[in-house]
Amino acid sequence: MKTVITAEQINLTIKRLAHQILENHLQLQNTVIIGLQPRGVYLSDRIVEEIKRETSNLQVNYGKLDITFYRDDVRKELHVPNKTAIDFSIEERAVVLIDDVLYTGRTIRAALDALMDFGRPSKVELMVLIDRRYSRQLPIQPDYTGKSIDSIVTQKVKVLWQEKDGKDEVVLI
Amino acid sequence: MALSTRHLLGIKDLTPADISLLLDTAKQFKEVLQRPVKKVPSLRDVTIVNLFYENSTRTRISFELAQKRLSADVINFSASGSSVSKGETLLDTVNNILSMKVDMVVMRHSASGAPHFLSKHIPAAIINAGDGINEHPTQALLDAYSMLEVFGTLKGLRVAIVGDILHSRVAQSNIHLLNKMGAEVVVCGPPTLIPKYIEEAFEVRVEYNVDKALQWCDAANVLRIQLERQNQVLFSSVREYSLAYGINRERLNRLNKKITIMHPGPVNRGVELDSDVADSDNSIILQQVENGVAVRMAALYLLSGSGNS
Repeated sequence: MKTVITAEQINLTIKRLAHQILENHLQLQNTVIIGLQPRGVYLSDRIVEEIKRETSNLQVNYGKLDITFYRDDVRKELHVPNKTAIDFSIEERAVVLIDDVLYTGRTIRAALDALMDFGRPSKVELMVLIDRRYSRQLPIQPDYTGKSIDSIVTQKVKVLWQEKDGKDEVVLI
Repeated sequence: MALSTRHLLGIKDLTPADISLLLDTAKQFKEVLQRPVKKVPSLRDVTIVNLFYENSTRTRISFELAQKRLSADVINFSASGSSVSKGETLLDTVNNILSMKVDMVVMRHSASGAPHFLSKHIPAAIINAGDGINEHPTQALLDAYSMLEVFGTLKGLRVAIVGDILHSRVAQSNIHLLNKMGAEVVVCGPPTLIPKYIEEAFEVRVEYNVDKALQWCDAANVLRIQLERQNQVLFSSVREYSLAYGINRERLNRLNKKITIMHPGPVNRGVELDSDVADSDNSIILQQVENGVAVRMAALYLLSGSGNS
């Protein structure tokens, strides 16, 4: 097990990513932030917290999306769904999708399908903490990246969060 | 995390963890049903046949809607107008349908145990949509889901099941489920409509006085008086039943608390339930129907998973 990013680095990266959203989305009322269940929401929670701190508690449209019912491997293995909570319209708004790790791109493909069932966004951007380069199975790339890493197929990247795992860390297993 | 069973034949075969998983999954499907697009692609490659050997409105529509909301391909079969009248056996009918590459079977039959018989002979996953006087598992699940919405928990909840317990598959499935999930159950009805040794067979108490049962309970699940069984002389008349056991506004006003009224449908208005109760804010009958779709989506989704189809 090798540490890829430490707690301190995660903290700095989250600050940077939040600033990048603010830089590109000056009119936050036309932007929605959506964290992907189950582990993307730990990152999106922190990002939204940081945005609110930076904008002195500006109202942020923040939702959580579960993509279980849209997976393409539903018959291979049973997945239990998590909660979806999007209680605002995404019609004609810019959506920033947030997940912890981008690997094959299949989760994001499912997320795009799920998102379209809530309306037609004007634009969808992708933010990830970790981009596992050269392992994509679909033509999907992030707009905002915490850190790009090169890893082999047999390795696993795990993002640990204080709220869930007792510490902030990204490890290569 | 998956169900411990390949089929949903009855609540009797489920563990408390299975029931919790079904109800938790139903909650996520209920959210899907509130979306602008009320459909998910989960069962896009699954073909399901609805085999109905007995009449049904609610259950059948509910299952079909659940299947379509999950993007499954659906075939509907009714015994009336089919080759059953030419003498085709149940197994032959099903095997012929399965040879057309069907993955799941939803079945209602007037003979208790018919889906259990099928499960021993065919590879497809089977969901029991009511078999004779045995079980109606998805009805018990949607009743439980509706009670959870109102009360937040089933543990320690007091539920009275009122009416024809003897012939009711809904009662049996509900008793199994409520027992497994830690609720307290009282069955209430005329002595001729309550099985003699029910207290020994299940963890339930028998109460012949409906007013006492209503005063005790948090929720009353009122069963349909099966008018088609009137020739069996199990009670004197529908009118007498209504006077002794029918739930009306006057009865509810006499209680010193508000209780929740449920009914699996169809309601015989003026017999087991008066209209001013069935349509009042005590009643969650229409919520039960709405929750039925979400609960059946959960059952179909969880049974279509790994190794099931």
